[in-house]
Amino acid sequence: MGDRLVARPDNATALVTGASKGIGAAIAKALAADGWHVAVNYRSDEDGANATVKAIEDAGGKAVALHADVTNGAPDELFKQAEEQLGGPVLALVNNAGVTADGLAIQLDDDAWDRVIGTNLTAAFRLTRRAMRPMIKARYGRIINVASVVGPRANAGQSNYAAAKAGLIGMTKTVAAEVARRGVTVNAVAPGFIETEMTKDIPDAVIEAIPARRVGAPDDVAAAVRFLASDDAAYVTGTTLYVDGGMSA
Amino acid sequence: MAATVTPEAVEKTVVEALPQFGVDESQISRDATFEELDVDSLDLAELSQIIEDEYGVQLKGDDVGKIKTVGDAIDLVVAKSG
Repeated sequence: MGDRLVARPDNATALVTGASKGIGAAIAKALAADGWHVAVNYRSDEDGANATVKAIEDAGGKAVALHADVTNGAPDELFKQAEEQLGGPVLALVNNAGVTADGLAIQLDDDAWDRVIGTNLTAAFRLTRRAMRPMIKARYGRIINVASVVGPRANAGQSNYAAAKAGLIGMTKTVAAEVARRGVTVNAVAPGFIETEMTKDIPDAVIEAIPARRVGAPDDVAAAVRFLASDDAAYVTGTTLYVDGGMSA
Repeated sequence: MAATVTPEAVEKTVVEALPQFGVDESQISRDATFEELDVDSLDLAELSQIIEDEYGVQLKGDDVGKIKTVGDAIDLVVAKSG
């Protein structure tokens, strides 16, 4: 018989990067609704992060806004603050912070390449490496990487973003295999076109190409993350859950 | 505050840590190899983390790759602390 593994410990903290708005804010709220204490990380939008925290608290949850630029290479302080201010170990990490710097590959400069890889892939790795410590100790952990349909499939003008997101999916699979026997799951979600500031100028022709004929909402992605972070997903690891209205079908 | 590294203290830490990876306590000796004890690379990474938390001694992947026996691990920690 396969045993269903241990339940989420009390006071477990979830750290969501880039959670001041859009998909990250929706994920933070969804995890809080599921009982996680949530560290709402932001880089520049303090008001947005505070609004996310307030929404969580108004709904009876526990959250704190934590400033950190995830690309600075030193996530220790962020984890310490999360654990101290929320009173429990970080047992869920959602690598959501992301940037774009689009351009056709022939014209894409090194800075645009480095910035996108640095934030979307390298920072996610460093946070993942740090997060595994308390998770392995607790024999419980959930790492969820917010990837994209771009990466597994082409999107002209986003070679840097596609490389980072495809890399994130590759990293997800290998890290999942490394830590699966410690009760730590590592998964990705791959949103399609979701209505956020990053995607506000989607042409109608693109929407026509989505089988669902509409863009998704941040809450659609948040629901997938909420599932992957739950005890119900204890046996789901190394996978990528597409939330894309059928784009990748 | 990190604990003081002595061969005896590190040995105690290692011996106490190994059973949580499924190692039979009676099999543990300085000469026992991690292979014999069925201690794999993830177990060693976790043991490194326990050592670091206790003594503040960081063991990198390269260091851990070289050790074969329980005694090697203890000696490495003692050497790295000096």
